[in-house]
Amino acid sequence: MSIDLAQFHQVFFEESFEGLDAMETGLLDLDTGDVESEEINTIFRAAHSIKGGAGTFGFMEVSNFTHVMETLLDEMRDGRRQVTQPTVDVLLDSVDFLREMLTAIQDDEEIDKERMAQCQDALNQELNGDVSSAADATTEQTEIETTQKTDQPKGWQIVFCPHESLMQSGNDPVRILRELEMLGDLTVEVDYQGLPSLYDMDPEACYLSWDLRLEGDVSREDIDDIFAWVEDDCDMAIRPIGEQAPAVENIIADDVVHNDAPDLQLVRDNIQSASAPQAPAENTKPAKKESASSKEKKANTGSSSIRVDTDKIDTLINMVGELVITQSMLSLLGDNFEVDKVDQLKTGLVQLERHTRELQESVMNIRMLPISFVFSRFPRLVHDLSSKLGKQIELKLSGEHTEVDKTVIELLSDPLVHLVRNSLDHGVEMPDVRVAAGKPAMGTVHLNAFHRGGNIVIEISDDGKGLDAEMLRGKAIEKGLIDETTNLTEKQCFELIFMAGFSTAAELSDISGRGVGMDVVRRNIQSLGGSIEIRSELGKGSTIAIHLPLTLAILDGQSIAVGDETYIVPLVSIIESVNLTPDMINRVIGKGETFRLREEYLPIVRMHEIFGIGSAKATSLTEGLVVVVEGQGNRCGLFVDDLLGQQQVVIKSLEANYRRAEGVSGATILGDGSVALILDIPGLLRLSNQHQPGMVVNN
Amino acid sequence: MASILAVDDSASMRQMVSFTLKGAGYDVIEAVDGVDALNKAQAKTVDLVVTDVNMPNKDGITLIKDLRGLPAYKFTPMLMLTTEAGGDKKQQGKAAGATGWIVKPFNPDQLLKTVKKVLG
Repeated sequence: MSIDLAQFHQVFFEESFEGLDAMETGLLDLDTGDVESEEINTIFRAAHSIKGGAGTFGFMEVSNFTHVMETLLDEMRDGRRQVTQPTVDVLLDSVDFLREMLTAIQDDEEIDKERMAQCQDALNQELNGDVSSAADATTEQTEIETTQKTDQPKGWQIVFCPHESLMQSGNDPVRILRELEMLGDLTVEVDYQGLPSLYDMDPEACYLSWDLRLEGDVSREDIDDIFAWVEDDCDMAIRPIGEQAPAVENIIADDVVHNDAPDLQLVRDNIQSASAPQAPAENTKPAKKESASSKEKKANTGSSSIRVDTDKIDTLINMVGELVITQSMLSLLGDNFEVDKVDQLKTGLVQLERHTRELQESVMNIRMLPISFVFSRFPRLVHDLSSKLGKQIELKLSGEHTEVDKTVIELLSDPLVHLVRNSLDHGVEMPDVRVAAGKPAMGTVHLNAFHRGGNIVIEISDDGKGLDAEMLRGKAIEKGLIDETTNLTEKQCFELIFMAGFSTAAELSDISGRGVGMDVVRRNIQSLGGSIEIRSELGKGSTIAIHLPLTLAILDGQSIAVGDETYIVPLVSIIESVNLTPDMINRVIGKGETFRLREEYLPIVRMHEIFGIGSAKATSLTEGLVVVVEGQGNRCGLFVDDLLGQQQVVIKSLEANYRRAEGVSGATILGDGSVALILDIPGLLRLSNQHQPGMVVNN
Repeated sequence: MASILAVDDSASMRQMVSFTLKGAGYDVIEAVDGVDALNKAQAKTVDLVVTDVNMPNKDGITLIKDLRGLPAYKFTPMLMLTTEAGGDKKQQGKAAGATGWIVKPFNPDQLLKTVKKVLG
């Protein structure tokens, strides 16, 4: 029987990482007040599972390391150990290391032995204040194996007197005899003296006892192993053959009867018939085989998977069923169609439309994950940072079940971490400052997610010192980011922090301000098709709200016409559309055309030239329309023939189907079956910059 | 062929146990915790129960105790998967009516050997 254990590794890793997350969450909850035993139980269980799995699948380092954690947790669970902050911190650190260790194994990398020793020492110190016991834990198993290997006699004399209740535990004396027989030459003598009269007999009780003689080169441990499960359910004595047993004899109830040949034969026959087919299979089994083949197949790593609620899949299957019914109804109708069936056809089409829409929604739903996937890392972050900063901060989470597209979740993580760090570092004040300001010493940071319209909104708010509009303005002037004369509303002042090269912290700490500024955060959010805004009140706190589209697979677009072609402009990039008059247009030699929009001069991108469309209706700037768009902080005017309408479009990847094209982010299929390209505004701007210098001015 | 109920909250262990036993020709029913196991054991009487000890909702020892109380499971062998550190767990298990135990970590061969031992 060879079984490749490697096939279970992936599952083991996945569940171990989940277990570690659960441990982390549990540990963080522990220090906030009274200790619930169920909390510790959950943590313990996670550690226990990891240890068991790691041992089984051959990751001994992980198993041994977790063993120490488990012991510590076991003591906490039994109330033998107080839950203290240092213990929790050591355990948290161990969780971190365990995660590193598992990642390393998964990626086939070396485990950091030094770090392992460090963590193990820290754990042992917690456990018993003694570093040396690190070795104890690891050698425990081998110790058991090497117990007493003394001289082995030629055989054993065993007296086995089961208690009446032995069979109540699912054990069976015959099974034990059968096993003994496999070890060597077994002589069985039964003692049925304890057997009551038929009238008094309980058919479920065991009344027999046995005197066994096992000849052969058998170790004591092997015999002990066989009796291990029943040692408390029987009286027994084991002694080497030929050795007189002085003390054990009195354990056994009465004299053993030796001369009941027929019965003895019966029992023996039973035993033999029961074990006969078993023996060969057992004997031919090689001791260790599974390790050979396990090397061949590497565990498949890196494939991204998504965990979907069964309900969602059920809904989907349901929907497909409905769709199939509608389809068959329509095809039936089409088989012999007559004009008077038009109404039926219409009803069918309405149903088809409804089912298609529902199906679309359900499929989209599969990609949706609760935002708790991102939120769950923050308790730890806040816990670690606040102790590092010497601040008292409570983190509140709400709306964790709000669902967001998986891709959005993945890309949202880093910006959110940055914003939360900022809140902790710059927002919430030191406890003494807070008390002096009449606020509770404990600051609050609140992460909230909710749906609004077709968007998801994530708010990070704190009750810290808030933003000082005047100070921000002063700073921006000092840094030369804005002109001294610029008039800004309070809101505009707040927005200054999103400008590149702006940092409000007097000195850069290692917590926030690692070179990634708020400008990067904003760019990341914008690349997800979202926006970010700040509300703040000096002395009361600030709130940063992120608005994101629910999914990246569908986009709100504005379709525009250029000649015979239709393009889609993402609605979020559009600022406004204008009709140009001749006095608005300027030409700069070598730099192309610009137009004046209020006080600003914006470059004009002629769509028909960029994409080389000969059929364009409007070639003179005053004939068509200019759509003012913004991409990554740059604005320009797209010169198009006409605006068609707004619609939701499903994005199809151009790269997957064709190749990457500058200025185009994807494509979609319109209602009439034709293909429309979706414009990528920043790309289009780059493209037009390359295009412009050699361009012929033709107006 | 004999049917076996494999109970473990850890998916990897459960899969490993189940895969090994199925490979040896047994019918295997999987359960994720004691509550699940009790339901499944009542729905279909099995010939052997192999259960983990530490599980949410209902642990292995309580499961064994509950099952042992059912007439259909009075003599059914029940094995618990336990770690070497679980000396008193073994005792608790025995007291609850467990037939025996398999010490973790174990490999598929050890598991099969023990299962064959009790199922014959």
